[in-house]
Amino acid sequence: MIKRAYLRWIAPMDRTLLHTTLFLVLFSLIVLYSASGGEVGKVLSQVRNLGLAFGVMGLVARTNPHILERLAFPLYGLALLALIAVALFGEVSHGARRWLHLGPLHVQPSELMKLALPMALAAFFEWRARTRNWRDFVVAALMVLVPVGLVLRQPDLGTALLIASSGFYILYFAGLPWKVMGLLGALALAALPLLWPLLHGYQKKRILIFLDPTQDPLGAGYHTLQAMIAIGSGGVLGKGWLQGTQSHLDFLPEHTTDFIFAVFGEEFGLVGELVFLGAMLVLITRGFYIANEGSTPFSRLMAGALSMTLFTYTFVNMGMVSGILPVVGVPLPFLSYGGTSLVTLFSSVGFLMSVHHHRKLVKQ
Amino acid sequence: MTPPLRNPHQERWNFRFRLGVTWWFVIVLFLALIARLAWLQIVAQRYYHTLAEANRIAIVPLVPQRGLILDRHGVVLAENRYEFDLEIDPHLCPDIPATLEALTQLVSISPSDRKLFQKMRDESHGLAPVAIRTHLTEEEVARFSVNRYRFPGVDIEARLTRTYPLGLHAAHLIGYIGRINEEDQDHLEDEDLSDQYRGTNHIGKSGIEKHYESLLHGTTGSEQVETDAAGHGLRSLAQTAPVSGNDLYLTIDARLQQVAEEAFGLQRGALVAIDPETGEVLAFVSQPGFDPNLFVDGIDQEHWNDLNTSPDHPLNDRALRGQYPPGSTVKPFMALAALQLKVRSADEVLYDPGYFSFPGSSHRYRDWREGGHGNVDMALSIIQSCDTYYYSLANAMGIDRMHDFFTLFGFGQKTGIDLDGEAAGLYPSSAWKQKKYHQDWYAGDTVISGIGQGYVLATPLQLAVATAMLANQGKRMTPHLVRAIRHAESGRITPIAPKVGQALSFRPEDLETVRNAMIGVMKPGGTAAQAGMGAPYSMAGKTGTAQVVGIRQGEKYKASALTEHNRDHALFIAYAPAEHPRLAVAVLVENGGHGGSTAAPIARQVFDYYLLGKRSPPPPALPAAAPHD
Repeated sequence: MIKRAYLRWIAPMDRTLLHTTLFLVLFSLIVLYSASGGEVGKVLSQVRNLGLAFGVMGLVARTNPHILERLAFPLYGLALLALIAVALFGEVSHGARRWLHLGPLHVQPSELMKLALPMALAAFFEWRARTRNWRDFVVAALMVLVPVGLVLRQPDLGTALLIASSGFYILYFAGLPWKVMGLLGALALAALPLLWPLLHGYQKKRILIFLDPTQDPLGAGYHTLQAMIAIGSGGVLGKGWLQGTQSHLDFLPEHTTDFIFAVFGEEFGLVGELVFLGAMLVLITRGFYIANEGSTPFSRLMAGALSMTLFTYTFVNMGMVSGILPVVGVPLPFLSYGGTSLVTLFSSVGFLMSVHHHRKLVKQ
Repeated sequence: MTPPLRNPHQERWNFRFRLGVTWWFVIVLFLALIARLAWLQIVAQRYYHTLAEANRIAIVPLVPQRGLILDRHGVVLAENRYEFDLEIDPHLCPDIPATLEALTQLVSISPSDRKLFQKMRDESHGLAPVAIRTHLTEEEVARFSVNRYRFPGVDIEARLTRTYPLGLHAAHLIGYIGRINEEDQDHLEDEDLSDQYRGTNHIGKSGIEKHYESLLHGTTGSEQVETDAAGHGLRSLAQTAPVSGNDLYLTIDARLQQVAEEAFGLQRGALVAIDPETGEVLAFVSQPGFDPNLFVDGIDQEHWNDLNTSPDHPLNDRALRGQYPPGSTVKPFMALAALQLKVRSADEVLYDPGYFSFPGSSHRYRDWREGGHGNVDMALSIIQSCDTYYYSLANAMGIDRMHDFFTLFGFGQKTGIDLDGEAAGLYPSSAWKQKKYHQDWYAGDTVISGIGQGYVLATPLQLAVATAMLANQGKRMTPHLVRAIRHAESGRITPIAPKVGQALSFRPEDLETVRNAMIGVMKPGGTAAQAGMGAPYSMAGKTGTAQVVGIRQGEKYKASALTEHNRDHALFIAYAPAEHPRLAVAVLVENGGHGGSTAAPIARQVFDYYLLGKRSPPPPALPAAAPHD
């Protein structure tokens, strides 16, 4: 009985990923306890989120990638329809149309698209594996641009960029020619001044404040300044757990969600941050290793792209909190409080586990 | 270029190569992050440590003073006065229920005060002091001050409150401010202004206060305060001073406004008076009014119910948003259209038997005067307000030409006045009816449009603007309410230049025909002769009556048979002096009956005050048989 449960649920999990994840989870609860100002309720609620996330991870891990591949297109279609529905009848909140009301449920379809898009693209390239040519990349690019355009219109620049990047990673791993990427990069740089007038007022302001945070000490610049004070004052060894002053005196906004890294940096110092970055690097490297040995193009592409997505979130969040990137609403993997992002994150890890577990099973 | 079949081994190799490249890319970016963190935590550590440890800086918003609203002569319409509130800090107050009990001995605390206190306390999560009583009297302030030592955590807080010294007068126009609610908060966030409103509790909700919110609010300053571990301020480190809001000088003449409002007595209605040359609005009346002071700190339930359920709808801005059939006040415009489009000449005579009907139809479009006006030329048609003349004229002109002409005078469109929520009125066309009701336009619709009934709707403001255009030889000035802005910082006064809308060109002799007829309206034999009697200046006017309920064929309108709210609305438009117009006025009296007997005398008092500087005596008693229209 116990053995069967072990075989079904634990055996499919890759040990490196599992142990690193468990380590990061324990770590995150300790940080959250401090960041929430010793509020046990928030920690317990995160434990509940983690339980759910672990369940989802186990489920994905024992599912054959082949089955996930078949889910890819329906899921993409569903996410696309939901995005169109948002554009047509979404609820407007704070000037943006992001949420869809389905009876008692409030859904943010752009979250679903974060996973559905790379899955659909990977499945598409798998299907075209034998005869792939440049036309497939054009079709794939359209599959990226349509949902990205819809999310941009909401408007939600941060999420649009994250979705675009997850799509781009698949294209890149599928062999998008270097020359094309170079050309696109140059075009994007050249287009920057042209895009400026299209940005919304608050987006422009964020970028200007990023360039000079002292411009707006009451508003967005305040977040970055306070975060930098928190991290900087932590020093090499940190002030010690529960000893941070910035977060506990409420100087720091969003100190359990997007800005939790500042609390972490203040209390655990550079050493703690290196440990965290090291653990993330282990996860990413393991993800690459699994990608390399994946049995099908679908699983290889997905594993590569998901590892890179993990990297992107980590880098963008830490870059924003430490003041080298503009403020965008991106959670820090594992550390940030919140259920949705945790489930997305753990399903990605579960996916990597699944690819690893099924690496020797050849399709068909 | 690309081979049709790909080599899987080559693919795998490419993939592996890309993984490798990407891994190094990840390493490089992680190193960059580490470099940044090391810079913050090693190189700049001392600097940030000082900031965090020695100076625990809190940034406190400094709220600017809201700008004043003044009339054109400097009479204060909205200002900020000190008010005293009694506040309880839940952190410092050991036993709140007992404190409340003891406080009732000193100041009166009503159940609704307690309820509001509880609500605000829940909302602030016990973090900030909450008011238990607002608007303390001087006596209460004194009584509490003596006993203050007995109440730890309770204190008197002085704050500036918006007050409207004129109370009921010009309430719709000035508007009011109120507490920022969730909707306002969302709006501020959309406009990216929430930082500017940190520390500000109130925002313009209606009228000038709302439309000019951005000018009145000012710029929020900030103060860096060093705090102790508990977050209490110790000393100020640096500060950016707030910049007070701008003062607004309105075009309104407060005394003229009061004269106009008083002229209404207890009647409901609206009046707009405009300087035709500049578009400056000198009086903007909607009766009955309300007291905007009630709204500033949240209106209590009782007053709110009174205002909201009153059959007189005092909160409704009739001048801006009330849409009424303009009735016979459209006739001068119809006449001008006939001349301009050469449909009728001024001396063409029409015989009026008392009704108009289409050939072969028994349906009679009745004139207000039973038996008719006999032979009527254009001048007489205006002076006596002959309906039949305009039934026939409208029929000859056709609705679409009428629509185009009236659109030039601003009917069916917002005037562009500097207030929010203006109603557009309606001037129908055949295309409009097809679109709206999927029905053909009937000739009968045209006929009644000719006397300003049917689908035609206009706001009192639109009528005033159209009248001002008529007075100004067809030149349209955009109506506006702010005459000058006084900048808080520099004290510099920037006048607002009049804005020309569009200038229509008419033949001078056509304009003169209409004007002379409108002068005739105010003379013996005209429909507003009573109101024009004895005026030392010449007025050009036109009366109107707008039906509220339809009167069936063969029945007669009898005011006494109808309930008050179904009686006709009385209208009157005029400008004076007729030769060099200085003021154009539109008056509407709801359910007032005849324009000549109820609306025109109100306009006369406004002209008398404005042109002669005197308040006219109450109008003479009306003769038994008042002229209809």
